[in-house]
Amino acid sequence: MNAISPPRHCRHCGALIGADSASVFCGEGCARAFALIEAAGLSSFYDRLVFDPAMRPLRPEARPARDLALNVKSHDDGTASLDLMVDGLHCAACGWLIEILLARCDHVTMARVNHSTRRLRLVWRGGPECASAPVELVEALGFRLTPFDPARLDSALGKEMRDLLRCLAVAGFAAANVMLLSVSVWAGHSTGMGQATRDLMHWLSALIALPAIFYAGRPFFRSAWQAVSHGRTNMDLPISIGVVAAAGMSLSETLRHGPYAYFDSAVTLLFFLLIGRVLDLRTRGRMREAAAHLLSLGVAGATRLTGDGQAETVALSALHPGDRILVAAGERIGADGTVASGCSDLDTSLLTGESLPVAIEPGTAVFAGQLNLSAAVTVTVSAAGDDTLLAEIVRLMEAAENGQARYRRLADRLIPFYTPFVHVAALGTYLYWWAVAGQIWQIALLRAVSVLIITCPCALGLAIPAVQVSASGRLFRRGILLKSASALERLAEIDHVVFDKTGTLTLGTPELQADPHRDEDMLRLAAGIARTSRHPLARALAAARPDVPVVAGVEEIPGRGLAAGQTRVGSRVWVGLPDDASTEPELWLSPPGREPIRFAFGETLRPGAAETVSWLRERGYRVSLLSGDRPAAAASMAARCGIDDWQAGLDPVGKVCWLSACKAVGEHVLMVGDGLNDAPALSIADVSLSPASGADIAQTAADVVFQGTSLEAVRELLRVAKKARSVIRENLAFAIFYNLAAVPLAVIGLVTPPLAAALMSSSSLIVVLNALRLSGRRPRPEGRS
Amino acid sequence: MTSLLLLIPCALLLGLVGLAAFLWALRSGQFEDLDGAASRILFDDPPVKEKHNV
Repeated sequence: MNAISPPRHCRHCGALIGADSASVFCGEGCARAFALIEAAGLSSFYDRLVFDPAMRPLRPEARPARDLALNVKSHDDGTASLDLMVDGLHCAACGWLIEILLARCDHVTMARVNHSTRRLRLVWRGGPECASAPVELVEALGFRLTPFDPARLDSALGKEMRDLLRCLAVAGFAAANVMLLSVSVWAGHSTGMGQATRDLMHWLSALIALPAIFYAGRPFFRSAWQAVSHGRTNMDLPISIGVVAAAGMSLSETLRHGPYAYFDSAVTLLFFLLIGRVLDLRTRGRMREAAAHLLSLGVAGATRLTGDGQAETVALSALHPGDRILVAAGERIGADGTVASGCSDLDTSLLTGESLPVAIEPGTAVFAGQLNLSAAVTVTVSAAGDDTLLAEIVRLMEAAENGQARYRRLADRLIPFYTPFVHVAALGTYLYWWAVAGQIWQIALLRAVSVLIITCPCALGLAIPAVQVSASGRLFRRGILLKSASALERLAEIDHVVFDKTGTLTLGTPELQADPHRDEDMLRLAAGIARTSRHPLARALAAARPDVPVVAGVEEIPGRGLAAGQTRVGSRVWVGLPDDASTEPELWLSPPGREPIRFAFGETLRPGAAETVSWLRERGYRVSLLSGDRPAAAASMAARCGIDDWQAGLDPVGKVCWLSACKAVGEHVLMVGDGLNDAPALSIADVSLSPASGADIAQTAADVVFQGTSLEAVRELLRVAKKARSVIRENLAFAIFYNLAAVPLAVIGLVTPPLAAALMSSSSLIVVLNALRLSGRRPRPEGRS
Repeated sequence: MTSLLLLIPCALLLGLVGLAAFLWALRSGQFEDLDGAASRILFDDPPVKEKHNV
């Protein structure tokens, strides 16, 4: 038992298991899942499986019974379907395994995993009751399934994307064909193309371009009209005017048998701009999807006890004050209330950020969102739905978010200067040629319109989306998701970085502190007993000696501790010592006939925390620590990271006030936090960052979510944001300079269609190439899935 | 120049076929799971066939 051999990994989920454990699995569930896959003849799955460390491990867990029928849709042809979120899709092989196993199930007619959105669509022949067998099969493999309503999640974003892609396709088709005709017209100018042929070409171009502009230009026309009708200008206004002017002038030239038509410029302009729009929307869509996925995993129903003691599953919205609900171990409490019966431990980290569980007993007040850890309890509901503390915090957050929406992006700030300039220049051109040079008004109008066309901000429309796609792509490959489109711009202005303590600077899990006087045998004994419990301190104790096997016959008394015969592990009171209101997290072991032994725990620092703080300080950022914890804990953590500016004992409102005060003196604040209690602070900060291990609501509130454990993400994010800002500025400066440099050519009437096409395409191309510099030279790591 | 009367409609028709194909693909949801489509081809046997063999 004392021989130390190298650690081994579970054959199914890859978790670390004790070296002297008899099994090759970490638990019963994994062994069953392995047998299931083996029996199906699909063991090649394990060869193909690529573990994604950021994903939930493939460990099957017992889950409370759910009513799947709520989300089942019955169809007229006798089939029924169910859409599910899949948690734990590590790589493509996981989807393959699910699909094959489900296809072999009775009744199932279709099972398809969407890897991009991590959703599973299941269709079968029969009623809603047939759903549970396939769902349980997949959960037995270690995946976690959550039913959802696709109609509710498929937001307007998906529809907008499809519409934009359709516009893009039409514009692309028109651009290619009109360009084909235009090039032959340009060639015809030098080789003496007849007027009849040229007119035919122009008419054909008009036939293709006008409907295409009408169709593909809608997104721009609509947005421009909205801006104008509210008395504002935006980017889409000069675009719309330019496109319409080009098309109108070309049509009149065609009618008058003129030599020049600008149909090609109008449609290629639309085509390039639509590419920018699609890229922009795609980045936003991917981030939103990731957030929606995370959020939907937390949604569940509650188990209500009826008067005659029956249990029924109801939606959270159906709960009323006075109801009694049953909360099983491992379940989140669905409403605010007081414990009616049962003792257990409660994980309150979602609300308070405090990492250690608190014991609850009948009469204790509990709040929605808290996680019941060790035993089932009955709760009498006092507030449900919108009246809960949880809903209150969400409202606080939404109020803060509305304030942030006022941020005006760089391009939007530029447009009010750019648009009037363009229009004045066009008007001046017209007046010059008509009044000063004495030309007929048609010629003067022609020159004025060509000024409008040449200044149309094509590169301007691409300059920012291209940089954003390139930068967010680079961040995405390092596990950093940008959720908000303007986050990069806002990040570049940051001068003050604020960290939350628990879960952000620390990993949120306790760690056994070293003690030179500790008896190794006693530690091993305590670790063996602690292994049976899910209490965070017990887990930390077990994790300190991972090779110790489980001790048999351990009894857990919720809220107190563990007992294995005469030996006890648990709180100070549990081992018979007087309660001294100690503030440090600790566990006691009392072996029979000996003095109790103390195990003290500290918090594990997140990797890279100290380095990140010193990096930030070197670069002149102000760094602060905000904590809801006790001053002593906050001070010691601040000292460990090298932060001298810290605040302790702050509730969610306190954090918001503190950040507001910083913003009031003109600082730009980046808030890094993970808990629900940080969510309002995250919303009010200029930019916010949350680890993927954080509470769902914090990730929803945050502009940026990072995966993995290291705080290195903060550095990478600020680096990329700074670089992105300089590239965006280069691009904007270049695009404006390029457009303006061409204005004199247009004013004196030198801009011919080929020149206009060349100028527009080359500026777009240069802007995109410049943006690509950001994506870094590192190749894409393999097995990204 | 008479060849143009044949060639231009041909070119337009081919272009339209491409456009229609894209719009059809978009409508039938082929752009909804690009990651899955990329890896799906690496795995053998559509699962439905195996069901009939068993």
